[in-house]
Amino acid sequence: MKTVEEINEKIREGNVNVVTALEMKEIVAELGAKEAAKEVDVVTTGTFGAMCSSGAFFNFGHSDPPIKMQRVWLNDVEAYTGIAAVDAYLGVTQLSETLGMEYGGAHVIEDLVRGKEVELRATAYGTDCYPRKEIVTEISLEDVNQAVMVNPRNAYQRYRAATNSSDRVLRTYMGTLLPNFGNVTYAGVGELSPLNNDPEYRTIGVGTRIFLGGAKGYVIGEGTQHSPPFGTLMVKGNLKEMKPEYLRAATFPGYGVTLFVGIGIPIPILDEEMAKATAITDDKIETVIIDFGVPRRDRPIVKRVTYAELKSGKVEINGEDVRVSPLSSYYMSKKIAEELKRMIERGEFFLTMPVERIPQKEVFKPMRQREIKVVKSVMSSPAITISPEASIEEAARILIENEINHLPVVNERGELIGIVTSWDIAKAVARGKIGKVEDIMTRKVITTTMEEPIEIAARKMEQHEISALPVVDKDNKVVGIVSSEDLSKLLAR
Amino acid sequence: MLLKLKYDSRSVRAPVISKVAIEENALINIIEAKVEPRFGEIVVEVDDEIAERVAEKFKKYGVEVRKLTKSIEKSEKCVDCGACISVCPTGVFERGEDDRIVVNEVKCIRCGFCVGVCPLNALKLPE
Repeated sequence: MKTVEEINEKIREGNVNVVTALEMKEIVAELGAKEAAKEVDVVTTGTFGAMCSSGAFFNFGHSDPPIKMQRVWLNDVEAYTGIAAVDAYLGVTQLSETLGMEYGGAHVIEDLVRGKEVELRATAYGTDCYPRKEIVTEISLEDVNQAVMVNPRNAYQRYRAATNSSDRVLRTYMGTLLPNFGNVTYAGVGELSPLNNDPEYRTIGVGTRIFLGGAKGYVIGEGTQHSPPFGTLMVKGNLKEMKPEYLRAATFPGYGVTLFVGIGIPIPILDEEMAKATAITDDKIETVIIDFGVPRRDRPIVKRVTYAELKSGKVEINGEDVRVSPLSSYYMSKKIAEELKRMIERGEFFLTMPVERIPQKEVFKPMRQREIKVVKSVMSSPAITISPEASIEEAARILIENEINHLPVVNERGELIGIVTSWDIAKAVARGKIGKVEDIMTRKVITTTMEEPIEIAARKMEQHEISALPVVDKDNKVVGIVSSEDLSKLLAR
Repeated sequence: MLLKLKYDSRSVRAPVISKVAIEENALINIIEAKVEPRFGEIVVEVDDEIAERVAEKFKKYGVEVRKLTKSIEKSEKCVDCGACISVCPTGVFERGEDDRIVVNEVKCIRCGFCVGVCPLNALKLPE
């Protein structure tokens, strides 16, 4: 048994034994947990990955005449000002109003940490105490009073890996997912990741001193959505002391901006139990691969895997080898664990015990919603349909008589085989084409189902640039049709 | 080797690739093709040993040929995450011994898909 005070005394004396989490696996395998606990004082962990729930509080100081900022932008990226006059919180995923996904809150933070100046623009309504209504100026990290990184959810213990069963490329926060299970992506660094090395959260808790973005920071509690073993941490640190190498702005194409954050946490080896905990290996850390091809909250689980399988670079899905991409940097995570080890060895970093434990059990609840509107509630049913054998004139007549623009084409069993629109008919007429509906119909039809949420039907129309979807049942029989007008009436509210 | 073929309004209507393949007894792998009524741009892969004479034959049929020798380039912006690894059709990217991302340039077919995938915008396809 050791205490953190005893370990800190050793750090002061310069004879502390610090190893990285990767080195610890080998030591425990060789000596056993009991001997390793006597031998090793501190195990350093590290992680470096995209952490969207990050940002920084700023206090800009007061202008003359003073302003109570109602809205504020840093390089055209808006920060939240619903707090005191010149305080603001800049979130890393907020996009630039002029550059969109190319530049966001993360880029502003990286630019500031690199020592660059950014443009501050603010507007206000003006009061007796804060008469100024607008200001434009340049600021750097040196100019502001405080720049405190406060990240509500960082350092995920483990994360669900992603794949895509659909027939198109998906651009997600888990990176680019190729169609038909074309690849798998995963986040986190398994056995090197802080919380996996202290799964009971004995030494990582409120007040734990950590390495955050190249500077000293602190755990201030469990993170949002904390639900062990998918544990998370809320952390803070002084942005002014951080290094750009450990805070890197990034854009996940088609998704948006985020920040790669470097976090390292030292784990005091208080006893044999802690030695055992820090000996955890990737083959013992489980997660699931979920299907982003299903655009719902509860995405189906495709497969259960361990981090060892993911790290191997290939997993088997439906009998085929699928290539795997990590999204967190092992290289940087190792570098952080090693840097933290050096800081402790040099006597620059002392350990703390938590002043409060974080929960070992917690449920991550879904949002309470009034209702989920589905296609069934807005579709026109039954749909007016036509046979492939019908003439183009016949189709034109049906469209005009019913004041509609889309005609699903069905076979004698009522199964969907195509669609004709008023535009198809106009084109046929313009080209002097006479013939049957099947000669001009579109055969690859984008469809929806009765139980599909209307938001997903709307996105299908938007992506394919179409204005109606036939509604089909499980046998591909047409049970109705839904148009963009039907949906916009509901969605606009 | 990769060759970039540029067709004009005349050559784009002729079955040039077939002619060259038959006459030179060459295996020609089409990597990328953009063919329009009056113009075309095709990237093909041929064995290094025959690249020279295949290129000459294409020129004879009025097709402009440029050898694509440069492959994907990774800048110092890279943080070695590995998002590129699984999207590359030919496996150009690998995690090396030291966990850094290694680029096997010779495998690159210049499709450019990875350029739009990298979160750090660290990949470029030089002309």
